[in-house]
Amino acid sequence: MSPGSPSSPASTSETRSARGAAPKRGALRRAYDWLDDRLGIGENILPVIQHPVPRNVNWWYVFGSATLVAFIFQVITGVALAFTYVPAPNSAYQTLQFITHQALLGKVVRGIHYFGASAMVILIALHAARVFLMGSYKYPRELSWLTGSLLLLLTLGMAFTGQLLRWDQDAYWAVVVAAEQAGRVPFVGPILVQIVVAGQTVGGATLTRFYATHVFLIPAAMFVLIGIHLYLVVRHGISEPPVAGQPVDRKTYQQRYRELIAHGIPFWPDAAWKDVVFALAVGAVVVLLAIVVGAPELNKQADPTEIQANPRPDWYFLWYFALLSLLPAGLENVVIIGAPLLAGLILLALPLIAPTGERSPARRPWAVVAVVIPAVAIAVLVREGVESPWSPRLPPPHFPAEFRAQYSGSAAAGLALFETESCSSCHAIAGTGGRKGPDLTTVGARLSREQLTTRILNGGGGMPAYGNTLTPDETASLVAFLSAQTGGPPRR
Amino acid sequence: MSVGLSGLAGAVVSVPILSYLLSPLLRPEPPRWIDVDDVSKFEIGKTVLRSIVEFSPLPWAGQTAQTAIWVRRTATDEFIVFAVNCTHLGCPVNWQEQAQIFLCPCHGGVYYADGTVAGGPPPRPLFRYQARIQGTTLQVRSLGLQVATP
Repeated sequence: MSPGSPSSPASTSETRSARGAAPKRGALRRAYDWLDDRLGIGENILPVIQHPVPRNVNWWYVFGSATLVAFIFQVITGVALAFTYVPAPNSAYQTLQFITHQALLGKVVRGIHYFGASAMVILIALHAARVFLMGSYKYPRELSWLTGSLLLLLTLGMAFTGQLLRWDQDAYWAVVVAAEQAGRVPFVGPILVQIVVAGQTVGGATLTRFYATHVFLIPAAMFVLIGIHLYLVVRHGISEPPVAGQPVDRKTYQQRYRELIAHGIPFWPDAAWKDVVFALAVGAVVVLLAIVVGAPELNKQADPTEIQANPRPDWYFLWYFALLSLLPAGLENVVIIGAPLLAGLILLALPLIAPTGERSPARRPWAVVAVVIPAVAIAVLVREGVESPWSPRLPPPHFPAEFRAQYSGSAAAGLALFETESCSSCHAIAGTGGRKGPDLTTVGARLSREQLTTRILNGGGGMPAYGNTLTPDETASLVAFLSAQTGGPPRR
Repeated sequence: MSVGLSGLAGAVVSVPILSYLLSPLLRPEPPRWIDVDDVSKFEIGKTVLRSIVEFSPLPWAGQTAQTAIWVRRTATDEFIVFAVNCTHLGCPVNWQEQAQIFLCPCHGGVYYADGTVAGGPPPRPLFRYQARIQGTTLQVRSLGLQVATP
């Protein structure tokens, strides 16, 4: 080519490929160009993926994408489970057992769904805490916080309805308990009960409604909200880590942020690699747990006539279960209805109450308190919920033979009564028995015979009165046995 | 106008959908008397577990068509029938024959043999079914899931 002759770059490359320099690349390149032209990848999609973010976005920012990845895991494994699971009362349990024990790798799929649920609850809590502590909910990201709060509530809704679908004893009674809680709303309580159980009592319609809610209704709402949430993230950009002494001011923030991302880094791949690594780690942990530990075995099948039930929610609701158990009487209606309402209101009102001002947690000590105290409280309550000392042990526990051997005569009769009269359901002696009532290992040293007799006959403080069911001889035997409980070395 | 028309269309479509979703509320079954068992099967002074089918069950309801009840015969022709649901939050209460008390496993509610609260968080006595003797059969009137609304 001589200088001055017209030659466009396009014709040069076309000439090159026409000469057969790299025909395969040319075809691929042409295919991509075709798609790009029709879809607008380079025009619209790449700019979104590569949008600039502040340089100092750190590892604390990975929880949001990890939550999304957990959600996607749940959707995929949920769809897989739905290929077999039948949501009718007589089939739900059987199909789940089939998935767990007979379907090829069904145990793993169910395991991923189970541990993925826990992962999602943990991750969304961490994400919310991170956003809150960094003040990222402030201007202009208030709607991100609102949609995010709704997503948090919906995630808890998914967690709750998901447990129900197992339709084992825990699930059945969890429905009843949920309906009863809803029933505490004044005036409309009984109507809410009927809505929750889809009828006048739990029946054939109840399970299918929860299935439709868990599989269609809530996920649909979540898809929409996630879409809005992600759109807002792109629109307003990822918030920069807060700096103490730099409060958010509506007049200056946008300008400051634009300057920041003017020398920012593209989200993909410079910032997103942290998200990928963390999400992969979470996924690996979930899959590993699913393979090694596996989903929990199902309880007994749901049966309203099976009274020997000890219903428990899954771990993420154990703290609420414990809270309700430990409430002083009389506060219940206020807490059951009022507490969730209040928590929801605070969540939703937050960006409207504090849209501007300091973002750094170093300047917002109450924000730190507001996260640390509930976190510790929840952890403690979960542990209490696991132990549930307030639950009577049923059937009443029996003392071991070595313990029984110490007693004879009236005291031995008293020991037998202690078991048959259900005392050991609530009271423990030397490690045997329930923990609802006081431990009686040393009660013989604390209370006189008269005091013991009075207490047994009259009850009080949560204990029933046995005066109408025990004969004087039986009472005397019990008192003889209890007076011998002084915590000293074993007798004989 | 297009907004108005769309709104109207939405309103019209939502009528069958909402009615369908709320049908359990809109078409409740009237209460009826249900046979429990022959009265000769119940000992005086004992509380026993029975199950009834309270409402017309859906064909696929399976075991959930059943409702459990505690039946106590206090005299030759006197019965008290309790719902098994604890009045606190609905967990099933366990009858302890020797101690003559109901114990609830969830939060430790305790009731006496007559259903009154002996201790723990329940706000009111156990819910009772209306009971009658028809010929030689004990019958109860269908009740549904009860709740202690304040």
